[in-house]
Amino acid sequence: MKDKEQNRHIYWNPYFGGFLLGLLIIFTFYITGRGLGASGAMKSSVVTIVDDVSHEHAKQSAYYSKFVDGDKNPMNNWIVFETLGVLIGAFISGGLAGRIGWRVQHSPKITRRRRLIFAFSGGILFGLGAQIARGCTSGAALSGMAVLSTGGFITMLAIFGSGYLFAYFFRKNWI
Amino acid sequence: MGPLIPNGFIPFEWSSIIAIVIGIFFGFILEASGFSSSRKLAGVFYGYDFAVLKVFFTAAITSLIGLFYMDYLGYVDMSSLYVHPTYLWGAIIGGAIMGIGFVTGGFCPGTSLSAVAIGKIDAIVNVLGIMVGIFIFSELYTLFEPLYNGYFQGNVTLVDSLGINKYWFVFILTVVAIIMFAASDMIRKRVKKVFY
Repeated sequence: MKDKEQNRHIYWNPYFGGFLLGLLIIFTFYITGRGLGASGAMKSSVVTIVDDVSHEHAKQSAYYSKFVDGDKNPMNNWIVFETLGVLIGAFISGGLAGRIGWRVQHSPKITRRRRLIFAFSGGILFGLGAQIARGCTSGAALSGMAVLSTGGFITMLAIFGSGYLFAYFFRKNWI
Repeated sequence: MGPLIPNGFIPFEWSSIIAIVIGIFFGFILEASGFSSSRKLAGVFYGYDFAVLKVFFTAAITSLIGLFYMDYLGYVDMSSLYVHPTYLWGAIIGGAIMGIGFVTGGFCPGTSLSAVAIGKIDAIVNVLGIMVGIFIFSELYTLFEPLYNGYFQGNVTLVDSLGINKYWFVFILTVVAIIMFAASDMIRKRVKKVFY
């Protein structure tokens, strides 16, 4: 019974969370003219790391050079600050609800090691896909849908469509 | 008058501060809605928890209706808002790869960050994976470039692509979402409970 209680009451009602997220998207567009994002900050970090390791390589690469030309600093970017905020905001929420702590969350049927391997490979795929589609679930799909962007809707359908298509093969990790 | 920063109502120097504040709310909402749990997120694909679907579509519809009202009342000029560009096959293939990444890793970048903030080690590993994925893309950029820069349709909206009335579209999307919410509750009742 304790588990059941947790499932039901520990988080916000999803419609309430969705409504607030919708208001936040409106506010973000109203202030900045753009939507929310998340993968952009990770791209900035990758570019910065590569640029620090080898500036020559970054300058010559067709992709990195777009972000490090001249005195451009990839970390001085709207989305990097927004992501810092995400970390702070999630930390506050987790702190208020007593959810902070070092742990690996996984189904009792799989090992911790298996969960970490799959989390890592899933990340690689997500990073690759987000670059190809020029944005992730927040930047392309959610913020795109808010202004009826065709690309945003296509990305959203592709993410959920392929998620359902491939869910069967990964079921042992989750259920 | 909106958007405020591009139209000069708020000085550009404020944008970093505003970005942090918006991010704080974004992270708070994600975490409080349970998106810091990969098992809750993955539930949408196995029918034991539809929080992703509910939060995602409620947010999309709220923002669409709100922005259209603000446009109608003259508070914001919708035509000056940034529309994500449509690169047809990039959006399809990139989205499909992200979908596999979602069922494999259980996170997407935003939710992963909100889980990192509360100490989930699987989320930290996931973020490192995302960065490796971006690194692979960047190093093999010439290979991906035809897909990345090809099939460009412009910064189009569904109104341009399908020639539909935007107000009717939002109305129909809302009805579809309500049907999906009701159907998801029915499915969840039939699926074996998963506790996490």
